Amino acid sequence: MPLPVETIRQDFPILSRKINGYPLVYLDNAASSQKPKHVIMAMTAFYQASYANIHRGVYTIAEEATELYESAREHIKNFVNARASQEIIFTRGTTESINLVARSWGDKNIQAGDVILLTEMEHHSNIVPWQLLAERKKARLKYIPFDEKGRLNLENLDRLLEGCKITAFTLASNTFGTKNPAKEIIRKARAKGTLVLLDAAQAVPHQNVDVVDLDCDFLAFSSHKMLGPTGIGILYGKKELLEKMDPFLGGGEMIKTVQWDHSTWNDLPWKFEAGTQSIAEAVGLKAAVDYLHHLGLKKIAEHEQSLVRYAMERLHEVEGLTMIGPPASERVGLVSFYFKDIHPHDVAAVLDRNGICVRAGHHCTMPLHKKLGLEATVRASFYLYNAKEEIDLLIDALKEAARFFRK
Amino acid sequence: MDALYREEILEHYKYPKNRGKIEKPDITSFDTNPLCGDECRIDLKIEGNRVKEIKFDAKGCAISQAATSMLTEMIEDKSLEEIKKIGKKELLEELGLELGPVRLKCALLCLKVLKSGVYGIKDWPT
Repeated sequence: MPLPVETIRQDFPILSRKINGYPLVYLDNAASSQKPKHVIMAMTAFYQASYANIHRGVYTIAEEATELYESAREHIKNFVNARASQEIIFTRGTTESINLVARSWGDKNIQAGDVILLTEMEHHSNIVPWQLLAERKKARLKYIPFDEKGRLNLENLDRLLEGCKITAFTLASNTFGTKNPAKEIIRKARAKGTLVLLDAAQAVPHQNVDVVDLDCDFLAFSSHKMLGPTGIGILYGKKELLEKMDPFLGGGEMIKTVQWDHSTWNDLPWKFEAGTQSIAEAVGLKAAVDYLHHLGLKKIAEHEQSLVRYAMERLHEVEGLTMIGPPASERVGLVSFYFKDIHPHDVAAVLDRNGICVRAGHHCTMPLHKKLGLEATVRASFYLYNAKEEIDLLIDALKEAARFFRK
Repeated sequence: MDALYREEILEHYKYPKNRGKIEKPDITSFDTNPLCGDECRIDLKIEGNRVKEIKFDAKGCAISQAATSMLTEMIEDKSLEEIKKIGKKELLEELGLELGPVRLKCALLCLKVLKSGVYGIKDWPT
């Protein structure tokens, strides 16, 4: 049975909103997803019934809050098939997760001359933390190149992995949509003793991600792209690695004992969770995970695949429009494109007049756009609540934009 | 849509005034908007403290192109002192648009470039 899109849409209050008299068509899911009432209500209920700070209070609601927070961790652990809940660390999002590794693992293990291997299709959040680390340690950054179809060219991978201590790359490109051959890269990295961090921000919300099957060392993703609230994300890390790493931020909760001149660290995962955490957000994320799990990631992936295939077919109809990236079958549910003669901002502004939300800009992949000789593109990205009819509306509005700026 | 892309804006976008470069400008200034990759260069030829000639070369959306074109028209023949008095308010009035915070940056890049050129300051605060 396919995904019951009409029923799903009823769960998202914002989808009944009108913009300029048109129904809201939300196609910016790669930036952030909308929230089902299950998530909104779980957070509201928590604030109304059980809110307190966690891990500390001995009173009833503090215990309830702690239990909810830790059960969210348990749900995430099962969702990505981690071996133990100590391997699931709550952060503020993918960006912080990657920064945590670059700081805590990187500062201890990277030395002058070491190679850090990224790809040319990384989001800025998986480039800049490594640039900062490379600068601190006089390490070298290298990039796996992409070809004209937005696929990684792995021809020279073995050579690129020479002297490489860690490789960090995205499971799915936020600009091309390319699903990268993670297992192949990881196998080769393993053979060289290179650690692997996966940016799973565009993958975990849309397909089954299994950290044991992938055999990655670290995996980072965000709640807000997977129906959950903002302000919370996850770092998965192999226990034996996390145990050897120093804390990222110092403060409350991450310590066992504090004395005037030194402190000792708490156990995993709390060693990496300094200060009061995003507690209600964890509760909301747990509801989001349950929602996705209930529908099934496999079905969601199939639905998005059918949407992107249909969208790419129909985008061919629009005169003067060029798509970037691989064929639909090699993509997650997003497509970026441009008009030679119309600026992406103008395209997006016309679409907005029709209630359609798309992204116009460099999508935090400036070097990728520069390599393509583009300043910016328009991106439509789909999720479980999007319907074929919305793609028809997108196509109509794009044709209107083309007419309008060329008349 | 017409509220954002009214006729005059589209006219300036499609047929910009003063587009080009000045061979040996007295003042030249360039800047970018890192948010959307827009670029803008303004060249000025000054005679007796007045704008003798102005040319711009810019990449960007219709709003940014139109705003730059209109701004160059606004300062034709103006003295440097008069140019210094032109602010965000004056340019937006000329544009006649209500812009949100993101598109506002598109419209105001040209003013930033012009001002930093006229004042000889590299980093003009927006």
